[in-house]
Formats: sequence, C-alpha cells, structure tokens
Amino acid sequence: MPEFMNDTALLWPLAIPLATAAICAAAWAYPRAQQGASLAGLVLTLAASLLLLDSVMSQGIVTKQFGGWAPPFGISFVADRFSAAMVVISSVLALAAGIFAIADVRRRQVKAGFYPLFQGLMVGVNGAFLTGDIFNLYVWFEVMLIATLGLITLDRTRAQLDGAIKYAVLNLFSTILFLMAIGLLYGVTGTLNMADLARVLPQTEGSVALTVSAMLFLLAFGIKAGFFPLFFWLPASYHTATIIVSAVFAGLLTKVGVYACFRVFTLLFEVNDGGIRPIVAFFAAGTMLFGVFGAAIQWDIRRILSFHIISQIGYIMLGLAIATPLAMAGAVFYIIHHIVVKANLFFVAGAIHRATGTYDLRKAGGLMKSSPLLAVLFLIPALSLAGIPPLSGFWAKFMVIDASFRGDMAWIGALALFVGLLTVFSMSKIWIEAFWKTSPRKVARVRAVPVAMLVPIAALGLITLAIGFNPEPLVAFANVAAATMTDPAEFIAAVFAERQIAGATP
Amino acid sequence: MQIIFATMSRLFFVLMIGVSLFMLFRGHNEPGGGFIGGLIAALGFALLAMARGVETARRALVVHPVALMGSGLLLAFVSGLPGLLSDRSFLTHWWTEIGSTHLGTATTFDIGVYCVVVGGVLCLVFRLYEGIEQ
Amino acid sequence: MNLVYAFAIAAQMGCGVYLLLSRHGMRILIGIVLLSTATNLLIFVAGGLRFTAPPVIEPGLQVLAAETANALPQALILTAIVIGFALVSFAAALMLKTYRSVGSVLTSDHVDAEALGSPFDREAPRNA
Repeated sequence: MPEFMNDTALLWPLAIPLATAAICAAAWAYPRAQQGASLAGLVLTLAASLLLLDSVMSQGIVTKQFGGWAPPFGISFVADRFSAAMVVISSVLALAAGIFAIADVRRRQVKAGFYPLFQGLMVGVNGAFLTGDIFNLYVWFEVMLIATLGLITLDRTRAQLDGAIKYAVLNLFSTILFLMAIGLLYGVTGTLNMADLARVLPQTEGSVALTVSAMLFLLAFGIKAGFFPLFFWLPASYHTATIIVSAVFAGLLTKVGVYACFRVFTLLFEVNDGGIRPIVAFFAAGTMLFGVFGAAIQWDIRRILSFHIISQIGYIMLGLAIATPLAMAGAVFYIIHHIVVKANLFFVAGAIHRATGTYDLRKAGGLMKSSPLLAVLFLIPALSLAGIPPLSGFWAKFMVIDASFRGDMAWIGALALFVGLLTVFSMSKIWIEAFWKTSPRKVARVRAVPVAMLVPIAALGLITLAIGFNPEPLVAFANVAAATMTDPAEFIAAVFAERQIAGATP
Repeated sequence: MQIIFATMSRLFFVLMIGVSLFMLFRGHNEPGGGFIGGLIAALGFALLAMARGVETARRALVVHPVALMGSGLLLAFVSGLPGLLSDRSFLTHWWTEIGSTHLGTATTFDIGVYCVVVGGVLCLVFRLYEGIEQ
Repeated sequence: MNLVYAFAIAAQMGCGVYLLLSRHGMRILIGIVLLSTATNLLIFVAGGLRFTAPPVIEPGLQVLAAETANALPQALILTAIVIGFALVSFAAALMLKTYRSVGSVLTSDHVDAEALGSPFDREAPRNA
C-alpha cells in the first residue's frame, strides 16, 4: 500500500478534487451533503499534496504519464519542488476557505453551485501546477476560467454580472493569445511536451515565429497574472465577488499565471537572451508602482487589497527579471508567502464585514475595542504584507531586493523599497480606519465574528509567523527549487526516464 | 404552440434519444462516441423544451442537469481507477471481447462523457429557455 | 498556399479585434468567436499543409503508411473548439442575464462594479 501510494502520488492532488466536484454536483439537492463532501475532499487533497511533496523531497522530480502513453506522445504530469510546494500551499488555502465557508456561504450561494464550482477551481489550479504539457496547461486554464466565472456570479447581483463580463472578456482574450502562442510554437518545434520542448528549443534556430510566440506567452500570462499595463480587469471584478471567492481568487488565480510565466520562461525560453529581460523588468516595475498607487486612493477594503495583489505580483516578477538563482529563490519564497498572506487579508476583510456590516472604511470603526482578537489577527498578515521584520514578508522582500542589488538592477530594488513604504501606508489606513477610530455610527452595532471565520484566519496567521520566525527551512527549500528550475536538464531527464511500458513496476 | 410541432416533438424526442444511444455505443471502433451522442440527446431534450415547455423537459430528464453532470463526471473518474490497480496508470483501460464487440472501462468513460455533455448543455439551455418563457 | 491562409487569418483576426473594441456586448462576443476561429486556423496551418492520406492504420498493417496527415493539430483544434464553444455559450448567457438585469448591452452602461465601493462617492461620512 505505501508503495502504491508512492507510485501514484502525482494523481491524487488532481483526482480527489475532481471526484469531490463530481460528488458535490451529483448531490445537487442536498446542501448539507455537499458541505460535508467538500470538507472531506479538501482534507484529503491536503494530505495527498503533502504526500506528493514528501515524495518529491525524497526522490527528486516525480513524473507520470496518464493512460500509460510514453512521452512525448502522451500527456506528462510532472512535479518538481516548485510545483509540489504550490500544490501544498493552494491545498492549505483551499482548506482554510472550506472552513471559512461554513460560516460565510449562504444557502442561496450553495444553490447556485458554490461547492462543485469551488472544487472545480481546485482541479484547474492543481492541474495547471502539475501538468508537463503546454497544451494541457491551456486546458487547465480554461477549466479554471469556467469555474471562476460561475463563482464570481454566485449572487447574480448587477455589480457581479458587470464584473464578470469584464473578467470573462479579458480572460478569454488572454487564453486566445495563449492558444496562438502554442500554435506557433508547435509549428516551429512539432512537439507540445514541455520537457521535449526544452530539449528541442535550444537546438532550434531563432525565428520570427519563436519570438512572436514568446511575446504572446508573456502577454497571455501577463493578463492572467495582472502585469502593469494589462491588470485593469482585476480591480474591476475581484471586489464584486463574495468575500470567500475573492480570497481564493486573490490567493491562487494570479499566482497560476505567474507560475506559468516562470515555467515557460525558465524551461522553454531564456529570459537573458532575446530582449525579454528588459520587458519583464519594465513590467515588474510598473506593476509594483501602479498597483500600490491604485490602492492609495481607495476606501473599500476589498479594492485596496485587490490593488495590492497587483503590486505584490510586481515583486514576484522582479525575481524573473533578475533571473539569477538567488532571485528565483526569492520569487519562490515570495509566492508562497504571498498566497498565505493575501488570502488571509481577504478573510479578515470578510470578518470585518461580518462585525461592522460594511467594507467601506469610512463607515467602519471601533473594532479595536469590540474585537481585539481580530485586531491582532489583522496585524499579522498586514505587517507581513508590508514587509515588517520578523514576519514572512520581510524575508521575502529581503531576498528579492538583495538579489536585485547583487544583480545589475539596483534601481528596481530601490523602487521595491519605496513601494514597500506605500504598502505600509495602505495597511495603516485600514488599521486606523477600521480598528482605531471610534465607529462613526451613533448606535454601535457590532456583531460577533463566528469561530469558523477566526479559525482559518488564525491558522494562516500562524503559518505566516512560523515562516517569519524560522525562515531557514523555506529559504533552503526555495534555493533548491530555484536551482532545479534554472537547470532544465534534470526536468528533461526525469520525464524521459519514466518507464516506457506501463505496468513494469520497479 | 403549433400543434404539429408539439405532436411531432415527442416522436423526434424518442428518435433522437435512440440515435444518441446508437452513436454512443458505435463510438468504439467507428466515428461516434459519448460527446456526439450527448449532444444529440441534449438536442432532443432542447426540442422537447421548445415544443412543450421547459417543465416537461425537466420532468423527462428526471434528475437535475447539474446532478446528471456530476454523476457523469464521477462515472468517468471511476472508469479510470481499474487501470490504476493493474498498471498503476490512471485511465489505462481494461478490455474484454464478447463475441465481436469490444467492451471495456472505456465504455464506462464514454457513458460518463455522455452524461456530462447532456447535463452541461441542458443546464445552459433550460436556463435560457426559462428566460424566454417568462 | 500558405500566404492565402496567412491573409485569411489576418483578415479574420482584424475583424475580431475590431469587433472586440466595440462598446456593444454582443459585438465583443462575436469578436471573441472570430478571434478563436482564426486561432484554430492558425494551429491548422502551423501544423503543416500537405496533400496526405488520412492517418488510419490499414487492416493487416502494424504501422502508419508513409505520407499520412498529422492528426495532432486536428485534435488540438477539436479540443479548442469544444472548450471555446462552452466558454462562449457561457459568456452569451452572462451577457443575456446582464441585459435583463441592467437593461443594456452597452459596456458604457455597465457601471455597477465600478460604483461598488467607489472612492469618489462623497455621501459616505468621513470621520463622523
């Protein structure tokens, strides 16, 4: 049995959410059963992804061919340290969201299909992290897109429909660009398997089609991830969704775009040659700066946080722009830290809404006195996001900025420091308005925050603290992950070493 | 509603379901399969909904479209598991031959796809038709 | 032959982008459809155009005959068409729903998301 689990470790983080989504959809008329199945599925997914991480840590890159077709003809699934870590952290976040859902999801939202869609989203996210085939990545992107469209319009309010249209059109456009890039790449190389592409592309002569393909990949993932000139759909739609959906989107969706960007621009295209590097650097700088400027003017907590997603994506892209192993390690660390912190801040926003009845900072207030526990739980992710030592954000920012000064990009490091300062401004704005000032309402009507909301917030806060006070293991992990990413040889060897005939177990 | 259309719709409905099932099982060695069969069946239900109202079509389907979709997905998923046991490889299919026909877990997979397509298309079609009826 | 296809794809994409820039919701949707069909055509051409036999193994043989068509681009296009169909029909339903609740398909009338929690809304009391 342990050997069997070890052999199939790559399957379960995908299969369990898929089965859970199917069960939740089949139990359409029974909301209680859906909730139970969803929670059980999330716990099992987390266990499965930890198992996967364990086998990646002990055996190096794990690969699997679905249906037993040999690479490069079949669809490969590959887990290296980076993707395994992403799967684990997204499963942690999904479980937190599942617990938060107990208190937050209303009956009408369950009727609109919250649980099957949520699990469907997790299938798409985990699939995108684990696939080793570029066309299959496109398929997972579309799975994610259709699930997110269902989730964003859960309440069918006018604002949600409006936000969903913007979201749908821009993301459909992005996937079309992605598909075009795949088509051109296939035309040049004749293969779609990422490991095979990594093997073939260095020997391929540079051509216009390849350059165009690389640029299209950058644009497509740029729209998904929310880079500087392409981010406008994000703050136009995220704040309309119900808060738990916003939290999951904020934690995972843009990061899938970033992940795809890292995969394609380490494995297939070199950032260093072909002039991609200055473009990525420009994108990163603009993303950091304009995200944080956009946040400064807002009064709605969800919109402030939405703009901050963008500015933080800039820091992660900074790692790709510098492209030294140190910077890559910083980016890996940053993504893991950011998924936890950002989703947690959205959960806190949900709790603030529950307590005060509003997301508008001008109308909120007095929470310091009425729920001091929530105030402490807000401070942890907020200070971490701003990069105050000794929380996880400090180490993440430190690694990225340190790498930028060591590389030849000191200007962008300086910019990153300045953006950090403005992040403190936004976070202290939420702190002062929602927690410190007395409530502007004559009759203070503060409701209690349910335990099911506080538990995930506290758990994610504890993860932030744990990373903050003991960053050494994660730094070491990120360094190894970055080393594997920057050297495709191991990736290629792992995929093609997969035994050719299914059934011949070692 | 036109009388001829309403009367004929029942006949066409039965015909289309029959053809869709034929397509589903033909799909093993010849063109056809769960996806096409599912689309034809969904068209049959859509025709019924257009001729006799969405309520009639919903009753003819018995289960909710989303529940059908979920069961189909579950069936397709389960069909991949036997291969896991024998070959440690998800979706590697088992085959047997009964007379001249091949049967295997791939048939289960196709039936699953059939249910997913019927459920998925009808989920959307019923929603749209109901909007028109109001 | 390739040049003809290139012009056809370019024309189709041009029309798609033009419609995408429109303010009318349905035109935007049709623009998306045109763009995705143009992309499918692009994959088809990128896969190589030749006069070939269908990629079917004849009875009695074990391998494909020489000069058969590459089935992969067609499989990719088929997948892309199915996914595109699902997404476009979903988007059309979304647009219809929006039309029913807002009463307009013009994106200039879709201001509800922007109004939600707008920083310029002066009615909210500031530090009462």
